[in-house]
Amino acid sequence: MAKKTKKGKITIDRELCKGCHICIEVCPNNRIEVDEELNKKGYSPARPKENVSEGEKGCVGCAMCATVCPEVAIEVYRAQ
Amino acid sequence: MPSEKMLMNGSQTVGEAAVRAGCRYYFGYPITPQNELPEYLSARMPEVGGTFIQGESEIASINMVLGASVSGARTMTSSSSPGVSLKQEGISYMAGMELPAVIINMMRGGPGLGNIAPSAADYFQATRGGGHGDYRTPVLAPGGGQELVDLTFEAFDLADKYRNPVLILGDGLMGQIMEPVVFPDFIDLKDLPEKDWALRGCKDREARAVFSMILGQKGELYRHNLDLQKKYDRITAEEQRWETKCPENTELIVVAYGSAARIAESAIEELKTEGINAGLFRPISLWPFPLPALRELSKQIPKVAVFELCLGQMVEDVILSVGERSEIYFHGLPGGIIPTPAQVAEFLRSIVKGDGKVGRRIEV
Amino acid sequence: MSTDIEYKKIFGWPESLKHNPTHYCPGCGHSIAHRLVAECLDEMGLREKTIGVPPVGCSVLAYNYFNFDMVEAPHGRALAVATGVKRVHPDKFVLTYQGDGDLAAIGTAETIHAANRGERISTIFINNAIYGMTGGQMAPTTLLGQNATTAPGGRDSRLHGQPIDISSMLAVCGGVVFVERCALTSVKQIRKAKKAIKKSFQCQLDDLGFSLVELLSPCPTNWKVSPKDSWDWVNEEMVKTYPLGVIKDTTGYEDKK
Repeated sequence: MAKKTKKGKITIDRELCKGCHICIEVCPNNRIEVDEELNKKGYSPARPKENVSEGEKGCVGCAMCATVCPEVAIEVYRAQ
Repeated sequence: MPSEKMLMNGSQTVGEAAVRAGCRYYFGYPITPQNELPEYLSARMPEVGGTFIQGESEIASINMVLGASVSGARTMTSSSSPGVSLKQEGISYMAGMELPAVIINMMRGGPGLGNIAPSAADYFQATRGGGHGDYRTPVLAPGGGQELVDLTFEAFDLADKYRNPVLILGDGLMGQIMEPVVFPDFIDLKDLPEKDWALRGCKDREARAVFSMILGQKGELYRHNLDLQKKYDRITAEEQRWETKCPENTELIVVAYGSAARIAESAIEELKTEGINAGLFRPISLWPFPLPALRELSKQIPKVAVFELCLGQMVEDVILSVGERSEIYFHGLPGGIIPTPAQVAEFLRSIVKGDGKVGRRIEV
Repeated sequence: MSTDIEYKKIFGWPESLKHNPTHYCPGCGHSIAHRLVAECLDEMGLREKTIGVPPVGCSVLAYNYFNFDMVEAPHGRALAVATGVKRVHPDKFVLTYQGDGDLAAIGTAETIHAANRGERISTIFINNAIYGMTGGQMAPTTLLGQNATTAPGGRDSRLHGQPIDISSMLAVCGGVVFVERCALTSVKQIRKAKKAIKKSFQCQLDDLGFSLVELLSPCPTNWKVSPKDSWDWVNEEMVKTYPLGVIKDTTGYEDKK
């Protein structure tokens, strides 16, 4: 069942990401996962999850992931 | 404003000359025998709207000079031998970063803490780098008095022209002597050369970085060093300075710089009365050493007498210049001993007589 | 059901940071600190009048990342170099960004005296309790019992002395108006760190005196742990020796709640 609105969304530059995965640790709504396909530098980057599962909340644009990202690889958008 | 005649000690004259040459930033640490210089500038700098900081060490001082220099200012530090040892890291960095500055060394007895008497045992330190890496710094050796003033002006010009640290080698003797000098007019800061490489914040341009670390695997540091060497070659070609006083029939040329040259001149005068014709070759730039000029002279004069206030440092440059063209003799006094002209005359006399009583022949 | 939702970017690349990938390790605190400094400079409109001095350490190449004028300094001498810069350019914004070896070992004298003189400079002090660039030697801030390549078996107070609390030492100096210690290892602390950095910058703008923000920073590589574990170690262990919070504040600024 798709949500009617998404409060926020993020993009992660997979080539900038160094696979520290701290963003995955801090996201309160479990919206980020590990992309097993290595990037050019050989890291497994983080990736925003496409779908919101049953019972889960979507991205709210809290920017906690971007706050902790050492590579400034994450851009955060909030719905207007 | 007319040039003014003032009575000050040598160290103070360097301070006044620096201020008139446009230096507005002095950072230094007390050390005998040059304390009059920072003391003088601590009062003078505020008068001209400049900045004086007594840094917490000679190391801090040279690094403040680095910061002021990269910011586009004419800036200076001073010390004596052990303190100049501390500055070598900063000087090496400034050479690598191509930053102008003037560093005064009023030499004293060494090595280590040594004594506070005048000596000239920092020739190697000044001309052979002192710090690490392939770099050179122009080194000017005033004979004392007016030349302390004039060469301070020149040092700032050289530093800016070549974007390099420049050393002035004085000693405790000329630093303490009080004699009349004439100061040129103040340079208008607006007339100073534009420094478009300086850091002033990146408004209206790209951000700029000034650094000496050049990593990289494509020979970047190699090329940077070659570029620096080209600069040093230019300085060598254009900035040699020396004074020759060689009357007719000179049979013996004395090579000496700084206070040693002043004493040697009196010794030469004494010998004239005995019918011995000695001349003086006085290097004023110790780097670049006036090698070609001395070489030419040595072709015509059979004996070269090197006199230094140390155990033999400049003599190596004399050997490089003269080779086997003339006989080379050396006499040196370490540890802050200042001879009288009569004592130096003994050295020259013993060369002429060939009795080897004072000094020794250098086998090349 | 509307599919046309307009999104506004609320978090992106700061202008004071160049678009160059950094050489810092995954999970390293440097990049976060760089970003915070850059964000503050952007928000305060300072980028074009900033002159920064990086250390010798992992962030020696900070001029490849920061998008403002920078001048290299010999190891430890950043605050002396910055003093020279600030005295020539009192109207410009001068900051140093230094690690624990640069600031509290070889540079101790330059640090203490610039602070004591009350130089109008803002210093960002990255404390990761180890020497990163040179491969993991003991730092003045290495914790007791913590392993380092030059303290095999762990730092021993008898052999090596205690970890040094340079920030508290500086707080004693009259010329120092603001010292705060934060960490880079949680969202809450990162946000506090940014506020502290802004406050330090404001001190300089208001001509109050010297200020320093110490940032406890993770070094997964030289601590030989994962990024997540390194963050935990800062939050659980490092803060015992280096408690977070304001160490000195004579600014008179009211903190916004």
